[in-house]
Amino acid sequence: MSKPKVATTSLAGCFGCHMSLLDIDERILQLIELIDFDKSPIDDIKEFTGRCLVGLVEGGCANEENVRVLQDFRKHCDILISVGDCATMGGLPAMRNTIPLRECLEEAYLNGPSVYNPSGKIPNDEEIPLLLNKVYPCHEVVKIDYHLPGCPPSADTIWQALTALLGDKPVGMPYELIKYD
Amino acid sequence: MADNFTFIIDGTEIPARQGQTILKAADEAGIYIPRLCNKDGLEPYGACRVCTVLVNGRPQSACTQPAQPGIIVENDTEELTEMRKQLIEMLFVEGNHFCMFCEKSGNCELQALGYRLGIAAPRFPFMFPQRELDATHPEVFVDRNRCILCGRCVRASRDQDGKNVFQFTGRGIKKRISVNATSRLADTELKSADKAVAACPVGSILKKGVGYAVPIGERIYDHKPIGSDIESKAK
Repeated sequence: MSKPKVATTSLAGCFGCHMSLLDIDERILQLIELIDFDKSPIDDIKEFTGRCLVGLVEGGCANEENVRVLQDFRKHCDILISVGDCATMGGLPAMRNTIPLRECLEEAYLNGPSVYNPSGKIPNDEEIPLLLNKVYPCHEVVKIDYHLPGCPPSADTIWQALTALLGDKPVGMPYELIKYD
Repeated sequence: MADNFTFIIDGTEIPARQGQTILKAADEAGIYIPRLCNKDGLEPYGACRVCTVLVNGRPQSACTQPAQPGIIVENDTEELTEMRKQLIEMLFVEGNHFCMFCEKSGNCELQALGYRLGIAAPRFPFMFPQRELDATHPEVFVDRNRCILCGRCVRASRDQDGKNVFQFTGRGIKKRISVNATSRLADTELKSADKAVAACPVGSILKKGVGYAVPIGERIYDHKPIGSDIESKAK
């Protein structure tokens, strides 16, 4: 029987949650006995090759590409997990949510004290994904099955969730594994 | 009426004295009723409703409701836990609670209740409101992004410090914690040692120059859920 597949991605995140996944240390050898990675920065597979059991999503949705990738994950994964505070509540990128988007862009490209931008233009190439008006947590865009908060969630938290799901057991978390920081 | 009597919480008979609230009597008996706006030494306020229990089948806030002989109180039930979860989730989505960089994280009562109740993510849409920060005072700042309107600073400043530094302004969703008489914290007599500063359950009123003083793993709620101290008193 082929191993179940796990896909991972980082949307509007910092890859810290992926670092935390790698922080399971030598247990990654056990993990690789249990699963194959599909689309993921860990093996650098860019597109889904088939159906996945679990999708781990780091980061919230800050732009239209994030939304497309997230929808693609929902389409291909049986169980979709929001990993980290950005995915569950927007996280640091959501600090811009109280400031109008135009003001954010003007500060970044025109008015900021350290800006050097002789063109005086805000980048608007069609290759650059359009920013959303706000940063959205993943569950406000697609259905999310489990949330693992934390910045990042500890390696033990991710390990516990993954092994429970792969073993078809309930994802019960001890008190010390659910933290918001 | 007798001065000493008993009543029932979740099937257990507990002692109480005349004039005690349900919450106080439960605390002394080692039964934890979750609460946010209540704090020992401050007048009960009944604002947050997290301590809501069923008294003879009717919802009442345990921090303001006097204990009565023979009443039947329900506290640790699935229905009430679900209601408390929803209240905490609403507080999370109504403000801007960025635990990852908050100095209060690990010692925050709102966060601790989220942990204790097992909230992984709020089910309600985040509002990301615009809130003001007052950093004019040399020793203390007020970040209204994190304020949950519990009124503990209002009561502590009025009743314990005798200064009336804080008050509420506005109604409903526009309700805010304000600084009396003037709009700037720097123009008040507030000192960092005031009870009002220590009374804040969240990271809304914080001392400057402290930062992340206690390392992760050694903070109040890192290993033990909020209420453990009360529950350890149980016989």
